Amino acid sequence: MDQHIDIDWTSCQGHGLCAELLPEHITLDEWGYPLVDGRPVPPRTRKRARRAAADCPVLALKLREG
Amino acid sequence: MTTLFTDVYMSPRLLAPGGTPADLTTHEQRYGPLGYGDPAALLRTLAESGLTGRGGAGFPAYRKFVAVTDSARRTERAPIVVANGAESEPASRKDRTLLRLSPHLVLDGLQLAAEAVGAAEAYLAVEEGASYLESALAQRRDPVRVQVVRLPARFLSGQASALVQYLSGGPARPAHPVPPVRERGVRRAPTLVQNVETLAHLALVARYGADWFRSAGTPGEPGSTLCTLHVPGREVRVVEAPFGMPVGRLLPLEGASAALVGGYHGTWIPAAEAAQVPLASSYLGAGVLAALPADRCGLTETARVLRYLALQSAGQCGPCLNGLPRMAAAFQTLAVPGPQGTARTDISRWAGLVEGRGACHHPDGTIRLVRSALTTFTTELDAHAHGHCTATDRTPVLPVPTEEI
Repeated sequence: MDQHIDIDWTSCQGHGLCAELLPEHITLDEWGYPLVDGRPVPPRTRKRARRAAADCPVLALKLREG
Repeated sequence: MTTLFTDVYMSPRLLAPGGTPADLTTHEQRYGPLGYGDPAALLRTLAESGLTGRGGAGFPAYRKFVAVTDSARRTERAPIVVANGAESEPASRKDRTLLRLSPHLVLDGLQLAAEAVGAAEAYLAVEEGASYLESALAQRRDPVRVQVVRLPARFLSGQASALVQYLSGGPARPAHPVPPVRERGVRRAPTLVQNVETLAHLALVARYGADWFRSAGTPGEPGSTLCTLHVPGREVRVVEAPFGMPVGRLLPLEGASAALVGGYHGTWIPAAEAAQVPLASSYLGAGVLAALPADRCGLTETARVLRYLALQSAGQCGPCLNGLPRMAAAFQTLAVPGPQGTARTDISRWAGLVEGRGACHHPDGTIRLVRSALTTFTTELDAHAHGHCTATDRTPVLPVPTEEI
């Protein structure tokens, strides 16, 4: 099953770590909040994606199945 | 004061005739008794009726009911039903009018919804009129206990997840929509949130059946809907109209340059086009229709509403928190005749940045209004850029609660 990046916007504070860890999926907007490309995360990137989820200081990034 | 002309467009289904509130006796005489005891049959009738939510999103009621029942079965938790009468939209009066005139229709619908999904608890959430509704409740002998809850008067209080947070003891602020409230709502129980008008329709569907319900409206969008009409110089009116009726038959558009269809998360449409547009849930929102006279400035109106919408952001989601005030400020620049700088391109860019990037639909609804204003009022935008405004009357058309700002 595909994995997608899901941002809890009520938690996200724009720390920006996710964009450093997953630059091919996430860039930052002009206010520092993540712009997610919406594509599924391919298997070769999943380890880094899990790390981005775990390293988010407010745990606002989740990997969603489907 | 809101006036009623319920009999002009169709014989009224929901609103008590004559603008007189219907007590329980009058209500029972008018609609007849309500049958309980067969939730499966009620769900079937609801499915056949094609009833959709009247709170703005237009989601099929049956599908929501089924989703809640499924979650309840999966989680082995009794669901909770919430009648949403928040009506936080400043221009909308239809829910409070319905609750004042036909409270028992809504309370019937709430009982039926509770029965259909197997709920043992129900809430009726409103911003005003709570004690009136409590006395209406006291007249009844309902199988499921209903608690009337007074909500804070904020634009986003009526958003389903905000309502659920508030009823769970938290702030009335929207929450991340995963998992959805139908799976985990009030105190983590599967929760059915339905607009009060939807429940009133349900009370009639249960009594008279799906075919009767479908005798108004279109095959794709059956039934009728309550609308709040704003025409400058006249009293605000709440009317009941069938889906498919052209907006121009409801809203007098002579001498108007544009119509706002669907309220503050809605769409500005040029008057000639709006007159032909059929009532459809896809853009009707919660039923607010407003005519903008040709001697008023649509940009000024939009700027004022936008400022209100920006201030009503719950301030939780970065893109909304940053984008809405910037858009509102830039739009204010456009509303004043004179140099516009980069305001138009900035607004378009920010609109793209807030779209779909929030826990609730506040940013999406706000940019719908903004984008439609930029399209509909192009001529006026160019006039402003050249230093003049075509409007001669500065009296505000759209109501914005100033005390909140």
